[in-house]
Amino acid sequence: MPSQITVRIDGVLCTATEGQTIFEVAEANGKVIPSLCHMEGVSPAGSCRLCLVEVAGVDRLLPACTTPAQRGMAVTTTSDRLVRHRRLALELMFVERNHVCAVCVSNGHCELQALAMSLGVTYVRYPYNSPRLPVDVSHPRFVLDHNRCILCSRCVRVCDEIEGAHVWDIGGRGIGSRVVAELDQPWGDSQACTSCGKCVQVCPTGALVEKGYGVEEMTRSNSAVARLAMKKGAAS
Amino acid sequence: MRKIVIDPVTRIEGHAKITIQLDDDDRVVETAFHVTQVRGFEKFTEGRPYYEMPSITARICGICPISHLLASAKACDAIMSVRIPPTAAKLREALHCGQIIQSHALSFFHLSAPDLLLGFDSPPERRNIIGVLEDHPYMARDGIALRKFGQQVIEGLAKERIHPSWIVPGGVNAPLDPAVRDRILAGLPEAKAITRRTFAFFKSVVDDFPDEIAHFGNCPTMYAGLTDADGGLQLYDGSVRFIDAEGKVVVPAMPAEDYGSYIGEATLANSYLKAPYFKPHGHPAGIYRVGPLARLNVATHCGSPEADAEFAEYHQRFGKVVQSSFHFHYARLVEIVYALERLEALLDAPSILDTHVRARAGVNALEGVGIAEAPRGMLIHHYKVNEAGAITWANLIVATGHNNLAIGKSVDEVARHFIHERKLSEGVLNRVSAVVRAYDPCLSCSTHAADQYPVEISLLDADGDVLDRVRS
Repeated sequence: MPSQITVRIDGVLCTATEGQTIFEVAEANGKVIPSLCHMEGVSPAGSCRLCLVEVAGVDRLLPACTTPAQRGMAVTTTSDRLVRHRRLALELMFVERNHVCAVCVSNGHCELQALAMSLGVTYVRYPYNSPRLPVDVSHPRFVLDHNRCILCSRCVRVCDEIEGAHVWDIGGRGIGSRVVAELDQPWGDSQACTSCGKCVQVCPTGALVEKGYGVEEMTRSNSAVARLAMKKGAAS
Repeated sequence: MRKIVIDPVTRIEGHAKITIQLDDDDRVVETAFHVTQVRGFEKFTEGRPYYEMPSITARICGICPISHLLASAKACDAIMSVRIPPTAAKLREALHCGQIIQSHALSFFHLSAPDLLLGFDSPPERRNIIGVLEDHPYMARDGIALRKFGQQVIEGLAKERIHPSWIVPGGVNAPLDPAVRDRILAGLPEAKAITRRTFAFFKSVVDDFPDEIAHFGNCPTMYAGLTDADGGLQLYDGSVRFIDAEGKVVVPAMPAEDYGSYIGEATLANSYLKAPYFKPHGHPAGIYRVGPLARLNVATHCGSPEADAEFAEYHQRFGKVVQSSFHFHYARLVEIVYALERLEALLDAPSILDTHVRARAGVNALEGVGIAEAPRGMLIHHYKVNEAGAITWANLIVATGHNNLAIGKSVDEVARHFIHERKLSEGVLNRVSAVVRAYDPCLSCSTHAADQYPVEISLLDADGDVLDRVRS
C-alpha cells in the first residue's frame, strides 16, 4: 500500500499518494497546469514542456507530468519565469511548422491555439521555419496533416496503450521527426489501423482530423477516450 | 520620346502601375497596365484536401471573399458530384446578394464617388471619402450605411463578415436562424431607400461627364456573364453567355467544365496578371469584358420589378449594348437594386428556413469547375484531385483577369485623348487611374498575387528617362 505524503503546491499543503506525479497531485487539488502532451489514461511523455514547474531547491525547471511528487516538496506552478518559458515553448512550436489558424479545420477548437491565447502569445519572435510538409489523405476516413503536428505523441500512446494497435510512432530525428504510420507508409495502407479514430479524438491540434471537415468544423471529444482508459485500467 | 509612369494607382483593391510612352511630339505611342504582385495560391494549395479550398482561396481577398467561397464550393460540389439541397443554394445566393451590395457600395461611394462628386480635377488631398464626407455628408453617410447593411447580411447569415466558414462543399454548414432573417428583412427598406436616393442623384449628374463617357474605355468588345436559361441576370448560378459587341449571342450557355475551350490565358511580358481572351477569336482579338457592364449587356432582363425598370431605362439611355466603361458605375447601381430585391425574395420564401442544407459525399469526380459572378465579374475555380481527395492542380481565373486586356485598352484610350502636353496635370493622370477604377479591379485577387503602393504613373523620354512621375 503506497504511503500518503504531503507536498506544498503554490503554498498550499496537498496530500498525495506516493508515486503520483506533480501534475496528478496538482490536478486532484484543483490546480491547472498547462499541457499539450499530457492525457489522462495514457502514460506521460513529457514532450511538450508546457507543464514545467519550479521545485524549491532545484535550479532547473521540471516537467510536472513526469516528475514524481516527493515528501516535503514545495512546487510553484506559475511565476513570471514559468510564463516566459511556456510562451517560448509555444512560440517555438508555432515557428517549427505551418500553423495557419485561419484556414485550419481545428480553428476555434484547438488546444495549441487556446493555450497561446491564454498565455498571451500575440506574436512570435523568431523567423518561421515554413517547411514543405505533406498531408496524408490516403486513409478513407481521416487525414494526417504534418503541418499542424507538434509531436505531442498522444496519438502514439493512445493507439498503443488503449486501442492496442500501435499504428503510430515517431520516425526521424530532431527537426526531421514525424509521426509515421507503421514503418512510415501511407496511413491508408496500414494493416494494423482499426479506423477507431481515437488518435483523431485526442489530437490537440489540426494534425489528425476527420476527412471532409471544413475549416473551423473539427471538434473532438477526448473525454470518451479517457473513459475507455479508465475502464481498461479497472479491468487490468 | 518620354514615358509617364503612374505608380501606384489609388483607390483600387490591390496594386498596379501604368506606363505611358510618348513620342518626340508628345503623342501617346503606347500604354501598359502592370500588375505588380504575385501570390501563388494555385501552387501552394497542391496537396491540400479539396474541401479546404473554399476557406483557403477566400483568403485571396478581403473585399469579396464570398465570391471565392462560392466559386470554390461549386468546384468542390462538382468533385463530390452532388446537387446541393435547394435551400443551401438559396442561402448561398442570399449571402452573395449581401456581398454584391457591400462591394458595389464600396466601389461606388468610397472609391469612385470622390471623382464623380468632387470632380476629376479636384485637389487630390481632398479627393477621397473624407472629402465626400465634408462636401456631401448625406451621400457619404448613405454609402457607409449601405455597405454596412451588406456586411450585416453576410455577418447574419455566415456569422463572420470577412472570411466566414459557413460555405462548405455540399452546401452551407448551418441553417438560417429565423431571427437573423427577420433582422435582415427589417433593414431592407432603409437600404432600398438609400439606393433610390443615390440612383436619383447619379442620374442627375451622369450627363455631366460627356468627355469621360466618350473616352473611358468606350470601345467595342465581347462581353461575358452568367445568365439563366431565359437570359435573365444571374449572380450565383446559371451558365456563361458570350455576346459580341453588337449584342449577338456568340455562346448561349457555356458549360462550366468546358471553359478551357472558350477561354485562353495569354501571359503578358509586363504584368503578373494573365490576360484571358475568347479562344475562338485568338489573342488579342478575343478581348471581352466582364462585371456589371458586361452582365447587363449579356442579360435580357433582371427578373425583379424595380431592377427591371432600371435595366430598361439604362439601355434606353445608353443603347442595347453599352460600351463605355464609365457606365460600370451606373450598372453597379442597377445591380444593387437587383441584389436587394433578390435578397428579399429569397428570404421571404418559407423554405429558406429548411434545415437540410448540406449534402455529404466523398470524391466522385477527379475534376471540378465552379463559376460565380464576383461583384467585378466572372470568377472561375478549377481543381483536379486524386482519388483520396488531395488537390493535384488548381487554376483560378478571376474577374479582373478577364478584364485585363480591356483595362489596358481603356487606359490607352484615355491617355491618347487626355494627354496633350509635356507636363502632366494631376487631373489628367487621375482620369487614367479613374478608368481603371471604373472596372473596380481587384488586383490582389487577380494575381491571387501586390506592394507598398496602390498606382503610379511615369512619363519617360525616348531614352527611358523618367520626365515626370505621379504617385498618388
